[in-house]
Amino acid sequence: MAGGSACPTGMTRRVVITGVGVVCALGHNSGEFWHALSQGRSGIAPLESIEPGLLRFENGAEVRNWDPLRHFDEKETGMLDRFAQFGVVAAREAVTDASIEWTAELKQQSAIVTGSCVGGQGTEDEGFVNLYRKNIPRVNPLTIPRTMENAAASRISLELGIVGPTYTVSTACSSSNHAIGQAFWMVRNGAARMAIAGGSEAVFSLGFLKAWEAMRVVSPDTCRPFSKDRRGLILGEGAAMLVLEPLESAQARGARIYAEVLGFGMGSDAFHITQPSPDGAARAMLAGLADAGLTPEDIGYINAHGTATQANDATETAAIRKVFGSHAEKLAVSSTKSMHGHTLGAAGALEGVATALALHHGILPPTANYSEPDPACDLDVIPNQARAAQVEYALSNSFAFGGLNAVLAFGRARR
Amino acid sequence: MSNEELTERVRRIIATAQHLPEEKVTADSTFAELSIDSLDGINILFAVESEFNINIPDEAAQSIRSVRDVVDGIAKLLAEGPGGNKEPVQV
Repeated sequence: MAGGSACPTGMTRRVVITGVGVVCALGHNSGEFWHALSQGRSGIAPLESIEPGLLRFENGAEVRNWDPLRHFDEKETGMLDRFAQFGVVAAREAVTDASIEWTAELKQQSAIVTGSCVGGQGTEDEGFVNLYRKNIPRVNPLTIPRTMENAAASRISLELGIVGPTYTVSTACSSSNHAIGQAFWMVRNGAARMAIAGGSEAVFSLGFLKAWEAMRVVSPDTCRPFSKDRRGLILGEGAAMLVLEPLESAQARGARIYAEVLGFGMGSDAFHITQPSPDGAARAMLAGLADAGLTPEDIGYINAHGTATQANDATETAAIRKVFGSHAEKLAVSSTKSMHGHTLGAAGALEGVATALALHHGILPPTANYSEPDPACDLDVIPNQARAAQVEYALSNSFAFGGLNAVLAFGRARR
Repeated sequence: MSNEELTERVRRIIATAQHLPEEKVTADSTFAELSIDSLDGINILFAVESEFNINIPDEAAQSIRSVRDVVDGIAKLLAEGPGGNKEPVQV
């Protein structure tokens, strides 16, 4: 760790969220994001970035009206792939939202941990079209710094002058839950005095979408998690970042606290490269609860992985029933992917912000586009309408291809 | 193309994709008997689409559980001809 120890060895700290930033199909900031979630409004629409007729699916959750020059000058724009632009803009909002007062010492002792599944694959796609199809024999040298999965983390570090632990986690759809979990642990154990954690992703390039088409898990209409007539996931893009800091320092500087991060659990299915396992998902939820010092009965809300594939939603329901037993009847569970789409490596970050804001506002976001109960998904999934409910504790689930599971536990801020 | 010829080609595609001896893949084999899981299944359909230059819709793909299902599905798509089956995307 750079800059020496932020707190004496052996001490653990309570960790709170004091800033959030979001860019996604629901808006270009966290206010627009929360407004849409609390209205149950979906950002899924016909794809604008891809010519119609080239894919078996035609809808996605794209970030609309994105003008990089509103956020970066021309030179910076040329250095940053869309995924990194989203990440940096979300981090700027989170840091501003938290009203951080930077000192040299704080910059030395702060961490940045981001998640991304595919990094700047759009830049790579474009370079390879030029090379293979247009026979242009040169690929832009900026392809390398634009494509690397850590491009957003590095740019945030450069911009803010943060020189502490900075890195990126790539574990498919669990990437940003792993990122937030590790940042949380660093702040809790004193390895970092503050952390910016989250994830970003930009998925809409034709080559990548054709590969998703071949996986046969993308819905031809919309995303209907836990609904009997669900037909698959809807891809989305965007970023979310959270500022994590010790409760003590947040209170000392009078910062607004959205929620507390209480625990993080992770594990691997060791079962199948793409099929989910209820046992692995259950183990990760139990690990998250144990790390938080909570029992299943404490939990009131779960922001589910809820991709709306046949396999995920039934398996996740089975896993929740396995962990929560009869308490599953009292749980509220929703998948906000029904509104912001499945943003892969940014999913856990968007859903972590959604969960923190749900605890903060006392409103549970719904599962949108829900139309028909499925006996295999027989949970209270908050169909279509947000619900006013002050929950004390919540989980946010991320389960990835490759069988890698990551679960965060959050608590309501104590006033 | 006769049904026998089509069946032979499908057996060969599946045997190649699954790294199985061709005699193990019969016209009556189910995917379960051949230990073909969901990911193997979509990989086989990818090979079939490439071989016959057809597009298999996702919903039809979900009901395929055996060698015969694959053969019947291809026969149906080929019979529908170019009008009934959208041309593969050229990009």
